Amino acid sequence: MRFWNPIKISYKNLMTTKNRSFLTILGIIIGVSSVIIIFSIGLSAQKLVLDQVEGIGSNLIAITPGASEESGPPASVMGISVTTLTYDDLRAIKQKRNVPEIEYAAGYVLGTASVLWKNNNLNTSFSGVTADYIQVENAEIENGRFFTKEEERNLSRVVVLGNKIARDLFNNTNPLNKKVEIKGQKYTIIGVFKERGSLGFGVSNQDNSVFIPLFTAQKLIMGINHLGFIRAKVVSTNLIESGKNNIFKILRERHNIDNPANDDFSVRDLASAITVLENITDALRYFMLSVGSISLLVGGVGVMNIMLIAVNQRIWEIGLRKALGAKIADIFSQFILETLTVVWLGGILGIILGILVSFLISVIAGILGYEWKFLISFWSIIVAVAISVIIGILFGLYPAYKASRISPMEALRYE
Amino acid sequence: MSNILIQVKNLSKIYNEGKSATRAVNDVSFEINKGEFVAIMGPSGSGKSTLMQILGFLDKPTSGRYFFEGKDTKDFSEDELAQIRNKKIGFVFQTFNLLPRTTVYENVELPLLYNKEKNNFFSWKNIFSLFGNQKKEKIMMALSAVGMKHRVNYFSNQLSGGEKQRVAIARALINNPEIILADEPTGNLDSKSGIQVMKILQKLNSQGRTIILVTHETYTAEHAQRILRIMDGKIIADEKVVKIRKAQDGEILK
Repeated sequence: MRFWNPIKISYKNLMTTKNRSFLTILGIIIGVSSVIIIFSIGLSAQKLVLDQVEGIGSNLIAITPGASEESGPPASVMGISVTTLTYDDLRAIKQKRNVPEIEYAAGYVLGTASVLWKNNNLNTSFSGVTADYIQVENAEIENGRFFTKEEERNLSRVVVLGNKIARDLFNNTNPLNKKVEIKGQKYTIIGVFKERGSLGFGVSNQDNSVFIPLFTAQKLIMGINHLGFIRAKVVSTNLIESGKNNIFKILRERHNIDNPANDDFSVRDLASAITVLENITDALRYFMLSVGSISLLVGGVGVMNIMLIAVNQRIWEIGLRKALGAKIADIFSQFILETLTVVWLGGILGIILGILVSFLISVIAGILGYEWKFLISFWSIIVAVAISVIIGILFGLYPAYKASRISPMEALRYE
Repeated sequence: MSNILIQVKNLSKIYNEGKSATRAVNDVSFEINKGEFVAIMGPSGSGKSTLMQILGFLDKPTSGRYFFEGKDTKDFSEDELAQIRNKKIGFVFQTFNLLPRTTVYENVELPLLYNKEKNNFFSWKNIFSLFGNQKKEKIMMALSAVGMKHRVNYFSNQLSGGEKQRVAIARALINNPEIILADEPTGNLDSKSGIQVMKILQKLNSQGRTIILVTHETYTAEHAQRILRIMDGKIIADEKVVKIRKAQDGEILK
């Protein structure tokens, strides 16, 4: 009774001024739906990014030469060549008795060179890798084969091309068994990778690179003995920590390091990279959410404005109610509930609109070729509803206060 | 037990507008007994409306004392006054003051919405009132007392002036008040409807209800038992009506 009547009164008053009520509600609708849309887009984008990163493999461990500066980047990123990581380290890591968690591990050296076929000359990056590369990176061969363990070691002059390189150099010609020239030496093309697409996030673009056996790259092209980095793939993600520990153990043993502070290598995994990414995208999401909340706030001010107008237009009615015995609290709760009804209605419509638009965005993103998942956070709905209710109460307070102070004498003011 | 319902002593109301103070009610004293039908009469600007507002607890006097049912009302809070207005006083206004776009039923119901036992939302009375049977009976009784039962589902703006005023009287009756305070109840009515309203007021008085009628017409005032004549904020005469007019159908109220 106490609650039902004010709601009935509010409903009636809203219906008598339909247009104005709708405009009032519109602010809240836009506010609530923007919160939901922002949250949904944020969630989907985060999922998209993380899926892509995980696509590279969340069960990868990267070993780079040089000490790890806290959680900063390894020295090699700064262009400093550190030569402490070697092929023998790789072999030690691959030993089952040293690091049982590891399934595959590949050594890498990276460089740039021009690749020449007939009159076509391309400046591109090359990777000298071991035979495990294909398993470590989940790479797939479109045409031909990848090089073998023997070719890895015996300075074979074979090359596997990234998909884009193959297309750029050979157009429609089949590149298999053709010979390309790199740094003055002829290499036989034994395979072409499938197109992989850009992965971003510092991962070398496989499509734009050529791949030669590690020793060939080290000795014939670069003239070095060390490795750029090692990537190891553990059997499953939950073994990453113990795998890392074993790698630390074997490498310290091999490098004669007693004090971890003197490490001349660093070990990282993608899981920590994902955590960092998650933190960044979360922060972005909350930032956007706060922007969305501002629009809700503006909507709330709009509601307050309209409610103040409503109070002014209904001075006579309020006066009459008071003359007939309405107490301060009766009038106050009536106007608070009226504001809440407006805001609540806006909230419901806003949620529906928000979900609809988010769904539409996911459909459009799908058409544009993104693997965009339609995600609605349950919490975003709770937050949107909670905020709109809080706004209803907050911005209803002042108009309700004003209404409750109107004198019952106003009922006698004859027009 | 005292039969005095209202007792005012040296009551004054002063309006301060700018530098000049207006004494709307100036040192007034009188008593009204239970069951009386009193007319407060005077020309416009005489202070009769101000007096009525004070008697109806819509306004507070500047000085003087007002005893209602023997209790001094000086220190009553705003909510306590609202409570008295709700339970003890039925207002009938010159302009009817019905809520527009609202049914006759809902208009009469209005004072019931504010008639709550203090702080016991979960009392049996409140819970039962949810089902509305008792309430509906009350409303229908009030409407039949003014002969408006047949219009219960009409909207207030579909009614004629006389019908509106009768609904307003039903609303005034709904909480079974001690007093009906009628402020120029016939002022906006044609004479035939005016007679009907006066007839209802006389009937209610004959059933024992106290009625205070505010008017500027001698003819209307003569329907009461007693007339308080007021002029410039002072009571200039307090007289019994020798020949009370009986409102009857067919009579013309001038």
